[in-house]
Amino acid sequence: MLRFVLRRLALMVPVLIGLSILLFAWVRALPGDPSRALLGERATPEGIERVNAAYGFDKPLIEQYLTYVGALLRGDFGESIQTGRPVLESFTERFPATLELGATALLFAVVLGVPLGYVAARSQGRLLDTSVVSGSLLGVVTPVFFLAILLKLVFADKLHWLPTALRQDPRMDATHITNFYVLDGILTREWDASWDALTHLVLPALALGTIPLAIIVRITRASVSEVLHEDYVRTAEAKGLARGTVSRRHVLRNALLPVVTTIGLQAGLLFSGAVLTETVFAFNGIGQYLFEAIGSRDYPVLQGFIIFIAIVYSLINLLVDVSYGLIDPRVRAA
Amino acid sequence: MFAGSAEPVTLDPFFASDGESFRVARQIFEGLVGTMPGTADPAPLLAKEWEVGEDGLTYTFSLEEGVKFHDGTDFNAEAVCFNFDRWYNMPESAQTDDLTYYYAALFRGFATGDRAEEAIYESCSADDELTATITLQSPFAGFISSMSLPALSMQSPTALEEYQDDAATNPRNTEYSTERPVGTGPFTLESWERGEQVTLTANDDYWGEPASIDEAVVVAIAEPKARADALRNGEIDGYDLVGPADIGPLEGDGFQIVNREAFNVLYLGMNQKQAPLDDPKVRQAIAHAINRDEVVSASLPEGTQTATQFIPEVVNGFADDVPTYDYDPEAAEQLLEEAGATGATIEFNYPTDVSRPYMPAPEDTFNVIRTQLEAVGLKIKPTADKWDPDYLEKIQGTPGHGIHLLGWTGDYNDTDNFLGVFFGAKSNEWGFDNQEIFDGLKEARGIPTPEEQETLYQELNRQIMDYLPGVPLAHPVPSLAFSPDVEGYQQSPVQDEVWNVITLN
Repeated sequence: MLRFVLRRLALMVPVLIGLSILLFAWVRALPGDPSRALLGERATPEGIERVNAAYGFDKPLIEQYLTYVGALLRGDFGESIQTGRPVLESFTERFPATLELGATALLFAVVLGVPLGYVAARSQGRLLDTSVVSGSLLGVVTPVFFLAILLKLVFADKLHWLPTALRQDPRMDATHITNFYVLDGILTREWDASWDALTHLVLPALALGTIPLAIIVRITRASVSEVLHEDYVRTAEAKGLARGTVSRRHVLRNALLPVVTTIGLQAGLLFSGAVLTETVFAFNGIGQYLFEAIGSRDYPVLQGFIIFIAIVYSLINLLVDVSYGLIDPRVRAA
Repeated sequence: MFAGSAEPVTLDPFFASDGESFRVARQIFEGLVGTMPGTADPAPLLAKEWEVGEDGLTYTFSLEEGVKFHDGTDFNAEAVCFNFDRWYNMPESAQTDDLTYYYAALFRGFATGDRAEEAIYESCSADDELTATITLQSPFAGFISSMSLPALSMQSPTALEEYQDDAATNPRNTEYSTERPVGTGPFTLESWERGEQVTLTANDDYWGEPASIDEAVVVAIAEPKARADALRNGEIDGYDLVGPADIGPLEGDGFQIVNREAFNVLYLGMNQKQAPLDDPKVRQAIAHAINRDEVVSASLPEGTQTATQFIPEVVNGFADDVPTYDYDPEAAEQLLEEAGATGATIEFNYPTDVSRPYMPAPEDTFNVIRTQLEAVGLKIKPTADKWDPDYLEKIQGTPGHGIHLLGWTGDYNDTDNFLGVFFGAKSNEWGFDNQEIFDGLKEARGIPTPEEQETLYQELNRQIMDYLPGVPLAHPVPSLAFSPDVEGYQQSPVQDEVWNVITLN
């Protein structure tokens, strides 16, 4: 297992090098340049020239790339052109927000989705099953932004139960250690801060988690109902094993493999969903920041953030593969 | 609790040119000159009064007595000279437009660098404790007005020396610029949590009218709709840049809408590099084809004035008698026929995904004008681009565009800040070469006082509207929204809005 993990980690190195070249070329292939974005309506040709010279954009591409990679190897991801702040600093500041949001959304999707899918499969064809299936279809086809606006309208505008924007009430005097606001509140025993951050998480997490929830329900249902028709399940039932034992040891365990794969893939996709959700809820995570960086052609931020996201994505995939081994002994041997 | 559309870029206003940085800077810092409440006209602030020398080259400022910076440093003539000398002596690494746009645009250059020859600043002398004299190398009529820009605020020499490093790779990100900005204003910086909020505390020792609110928090909410939602839900007390679609519903729900006097212009630009736009008759035809009233009612906020020239009425040099082009589709068709351009295809560029104070809904504005132009027999080829940087790059950086929507918000009351920006030199945006206009603007810029400039600028406005490089459309009104609990917000056309006058019930 350890060798498998190490090998997978080693494989990431060439992937990241390739990615860095592609990224470098891609962000520069975008029309428009950062100096224009920086100066906006106030740009003059001379002004642009001076900015290009100051940031080294007038040098040959190869030279720019080598300078970039050289700095990268020293752990220096450069500075944002827009704000002048180190890319790494902005990332560590904002990534916890996205992770907190993504984890809550995924938790919501898994904790609700797997049991629902299982129950639906068990009661196939009956009213419960039909409503779960059609409900999940609705979940898949509802666009995130529409759901986000609907949730805001109902729970914030009309009922005033939950906040619509930001990660915490700015009037709150909260201490931030890890930048995971809910966790920070627990660590510092500022319970009200933790609670406030949690209430800010609910609506964006619901919006972000709905599509994964619907997909997980459908995959679980399909997978469980397929396993239910396997010979070994019939055998186990015929042997007179208790229904709970059959469910746990034979049905769920075998049905979970595709479900885990789906969860892993959805976890990765949450990053792209986060761009929209974070914008609508003014939730200061990496999604919103990245979206702005594309608009402003902030090369260092784009490159740095996408490389970080690639690393996180690879790690999630690795985690999924490792969990296969835990669920299915055959994968462990291979 | 106030929401803007983005985070400030820096808290040292000298290195800023964005509205969000300036919004915060207005609370912490003050300039020698302020503005009369609700107008763009200069008014005394840190300087009680000033005298301009005969030749327009010396300015003697008498300073307010007993003013201290937040760190206890005295505000006096030496502090004034310290600031002027700091600006002039900026290291070359900080002489790019992303850092020092305003100073370079106003003072034309620094002590060193490639623009040193053109620099108009000469020296500052502290005549006594409370009198400072600035000497310029050539006259600059906008000098007094420009002193009200947040970028040229007075900063504490002690704090600058200790915590600021103008030569840093990025001076916007130093300890001074992020944690320790020190001015004389009614608020001091409590903290700036990057990505989250700026917290300001009332300055109890403020020399003027102290703030009645103890604390002001500024947050960034990018989407106009999300700002409206947050106000409705009581999460914020007010916000800037209200989307036109939110104004009616918010007012209906009892929220206050505060309109700033328009200090901007929205225009339809025409690129003379593309035929048939080089033909004056075609340009006149387009001007006659546009029904500005309809453009305003269909796509711009209530209270918006239609435009007759490229500056709003409050700016020096506004002329009542410029050539006008009334809505007259028949005249337009006639002119097109004379020019042999009936049925000609014209590319119409407009931006998407953007809302500017002078152009809140460009797609709507485009649609109205497009229909009007098609009605007089022109064929329109629509080209949409994402605002930043694609659209700006195409319009300002290349000759590959036809007619386009763009505009400008003035920074301070100076005609050159409008006309000079548009028509001061040959540009990709307009694609024309009219030496008479270029020279006229250059001459006007060199006249020492606004009073003497007025007639020339009026003449230039007439000349420009006769030549008709584009069609000025409107001066849209930018709006702010507040909860019913907020009282006394003093709006300003140049956004000189200081929060010491606000009360919160």
